[in-house]
Amino acid sequence: MTGLTPLLVDSLFPNGIAHYALGGLLIGLGTAIIYLGTGIIAGASTFLESTLSYVSDLPRFNKAKYVTSRDWRVVFTLSIIAGAAIYTVTLGDGWWVSDVQPWRFAVGGVLVGIGTRIGKGCTSGHGVCGVGSRSRTSFVNVATFMLVAIGVAQLLQAMGVSP
Amino acid sequence: MSDDEHGLGFMLVVILGGLIFGFGLALSNMARPEVVIDFLQFDDFGLVFVMGGAAVVTGTVFALAELFGDKAPLTGARYGRRLKSFDKNVVVGGVIFGVGWGISGICPGAAYASIGVGNYPILIAIGGMFAGAYLQGLWRARRADSAARGTSAD
Repeated sequence: MTGLTPLLVDSLFPNGIAHYALGGLLIGLGTAIIYLGTGIIAGASTFLESTLSYVSDLPRFNKAKYVTSRDWRVVFTLSIIAGAAIYTVTLGDGWWVSDVQPWRFAVGGVLVGIGTRIGKGCTSGHGVCGVGSRSRTSFVNVATFMLVAIGVAQLLQAMGVSP
Repeated sequence: MSDDEHGLGFMLVVILGGLIFGFGLALSNMARPEVVIDFLQFDDFGLVFVMGGAAVVTGTVFALAELFGDKAPLTGARYGRRLKSFDKNVVVGGVIFGVGWGISGICPGAAYASIGVGNYPILIAIGGMFAGAYLQGLWRARRADSAARGTSAD
């Protein structure tokens, strides 16, 4: 029981490592299955623009790449919801509701929506697929949003915003 | 032509991939914004293993497919890297996304999965993401429009 390593692991990972790593492997596996079958690198954020093409006439949302992919992107997103629900009712510990304040969801959501679209991807498109492809563009994007997000979250914490 | 070119096999693969993707997001607790915020505040570094684990799998499979594979069976698309071009938008977008992620602890894929774990307040964030995506589309369309008309407009 001596030694620094277990102590360090406990303090860095108070909830363990296994479910994080296993979850990450499955996230990668889901992406990989779609890629092997279709050749498509399925990021999660393009769903936003492609779904807007159903309701907006704006040419920006009606580019061929959105219109031709919007149906399967809806199916992909519904499947993500279903997959999370299957986990929750099988291995999970029941339905769960966040305590994070609604204004944080509202403001954060709008900025995430703007940022992923200007930056050409999100945590899955750049963080999982792009990094997996050893894309320099994705490394830069991920490093940028990581550093900024850490700064913002620490600032909010210092200001006493919780949860 | 958009809708009929995706056959049943295509949709089944998308569904299977999406189910596993969402299951993984829920298992890794990324569907809980609190866990992401804990990472950003250095209280729990588990997210490194989530992103790292996922990137190791995609990186390995992408590389093997490119080396030993030829075309994706369901679309005929050739395996290979699909690299996004680099410009200042990659950084600008990364900064805006980072501020939003830091404030809320949510990102698109994890937000969808969050519905599946029962977290109904996440709908506010998803509504916000659609509003943000729409706003940037509107803004870019206007900017392209005014650039096309030259400086004399308005």
